[in-house]
Amino acid sequence: MSIIEELSNRNRVFNFLTPVASPVDVRHGPILYLDDVNVSFDGFKAINNLNLTIDDGELRCIIGPNGAGKTTMMDIITGKTAPDTGSVWFGSRHNLLTMSEPDIASLGIGRKFQKPTVFEALTVFENLELAMATDKRVIPTLRAVMKVEYRDRIDEVLETINLQAERDQLAGILSHGQKQWLEIGMLLMQKPRLLLVDEPVAGMTEQEMERTAELLTSLAGKQSVVVVEHDMGFVRSIARKVTVLHQGSVLAEGTMDQVSNDPEVIKVYLGEEA
Amino acid sequence: MWLTRPLRERSTQIFLGVLFAALVVVTFLHLFMPQDSALHVSAYTVTLLGKYLCYALLAVAVDLVWGYLGILSLGHGAFFALGGYAMGMYLMRQIGDRGTYGDPVLPDFMVFLNWQELPWYWLGFDMAWFAFIMVLLAPGILALVFGFLAFRSRVTGVYLSIITQALTFALMLAFFRNEMGFGGNNGLTDFRDILGFNLRTDATRLGLFIATGIALGIGYLICRGIVTSKLGRVSIACRDAEARTRFLGYRVERVQLFVFVVSAMLAGVAGALYVPQVGIINPSEFSPIFSIEIVVWVALGGRATLYGAVIGAILVNYAKTVFTGVMPDAWLFALGGLFVLVTVFLPKGIAGLLFERRKKRKDPDADPNTPSDTEREATA
Repeated sequence: MSIIEELSNRNRVFNFLTPVASPVDVRHGPILYLDDVNVSFDGFKAINNLNLTIDDGELRCIIGPNGAGKTTMMDIITGKTAPDTGSVWFGSRHNLLTMSEPDIASLGIGRKFQKPTVFEALTVFENLELAMATDKRVIPTLRAVMKVEYRDRIDEVLETINLQAERDQLAGILSHGQKQWLEIGMLLMQKPRLLLVDEPVAGMTEQEMERTAELLTSLAGKQSVVVVEHDMGFVRSIARKVTVLHQGSVLAEGTMDQVSNDPEVIKVYLGEEA
Repeated sequence: MWLTRPLRERSTQIFLGVLFAALVVVTFLHLFMPQDSALHVSAYTVTLLGKYLCYALLAVAVDLVWGYLGILSLGHGAFFALGGYAMGMYLMRQIGDRGTYGDPVLPDFMVFLNWQELPWYWLGFDMAWFAFIMVLLAPGILALVFGFLAFRSRVTGVYLSIITQALTFALMLAFFRNEMGFGGNNGLTDFRDILGFNLRTDATRLGLFIATGIALGIGYLICRGIVTSKLGRVSIACRDAEARTRFLGYRVERVQLFVFVVSAMLAGVAGALYVPQVGIINPSEFSPIFSIEIVVWVALGGRATLYGAVIGAILVNYAKTVFTGVMPDAWLFALGGLFVLVTVFLPKGIAGLLFERRKKRKDPDADPNTPSDTEREATA
């Protein structure tokens, strides 16, 4: 039954035809494509017919009130949560729903969590070392040697995230903002094609925020960046295109000015702030 | 290479140096001091020390999975006992026709049970190389199967601890049965010789003690090699933030499985060296209490240091030997009391106490840019 269904689906590339370790195919533009995704937890619809397309090299901000499904959406993309229906494609070749979390990560999707989770018992340097894009199987990891080029790469990222002075300190004693940066640094070490950044400036000072904005905008172009953020000032400072989520689906999409003038958006979201 | 890397670090050099010195001193005092001298170490003491070293190796194995990977195994006694049984089977076959019933092939308990031929799983144990491989494989395969199922289903924390406890309890019940073919509740005993050497001579006992010391040194080096490699840092990452590690692209369950199997094999080697020294292996080694006791040794010595586990195992077992001699009934209370005291007043164990002192004495404002390995571990 299902085989016949599968065979009759003509716009599908069969699994056996797609090489697993193939590079991401972005010839058609989008790097991430969510189509009609639904998720419910015990009857509560966290994601409701969500359609979202992120272009290669784009910097996209996603805003929305609490419970709009922003974090759940990230969970689906990174393989943590399986949707009830719908499809999620990375480029036009990789079906993310069939892949495990580590596979998705090594394919080139990096994620920064809402609450910064760095490895507190390891030093800043070691945190970045673990995140580095290398062979992550068990035996190669056991035999891994710190090469000069790796060290250079780590030092380069340390400079980008402005933590050179804290290089050999335990990550546990960093300030909140520094932990956020370390996490972004860990993302950079993975050399991802797509960065998912969940509330990067929560708990940051004004200056730290500015630097973060600079960092994220400098990444766009080389990598695609999706930022989920509550801080409207910050979103305004970096966003080229904004997507507003509400009750698990897209409410509006466009430039910051367009969406902030959208009456629907004002009603559900900006209305609260104004 | 990952195995030789720890040889360059201070703590490993000190540990191996102390271990080597202890082996040399004990050997010297045993062989060259006259019997009536106060410094003479008797064969009994040599075997007792050998037993402590076996426990120390076992504790190192537990510390590897508990301290660095965060897996609190309450069933490592099972791996220890399986290694012991593999060695015991070899020693049984070495008895040959010198047993009470004089059967050239069947061990005494099988003759007693009227068995006609050797069960298939006893085949090959007359060959030392086969038995020694099984010492590694039997616990290794059990750990592989058990770990594969547990880690793949992402069973962690107390649930995993309880399952490991159930595992060792189930094996104890199984090995108690005569039909299992492992001697039932009497276990395997009455050993005569190992590799052609008579087990009852002092020279063989000394040899076993030295072999245990060497095994402890190698085992420590293997664990230290894993811990100081990138895999060790990934283990700590798995311990502290499992989900995060997964998003970095590491297969957490495979890291856990690898380290768990290595640890189980080390426990098996400890058991295999233990059996010829105490002269018996029976299902009581599978008892849940024993596995919990191992964890207490590690906690007392100091978790996630490896050398702390060695200190803890030796001290607690020495205390046990003394205490059970003086006041046998009070031992469990003493152990419990000790555990509570250390948990409350020395959360980092004896190793933590030693380290804190050294740090205070040396330099209170040590350069934060170059934390020593011990400092990193103490915080871990």
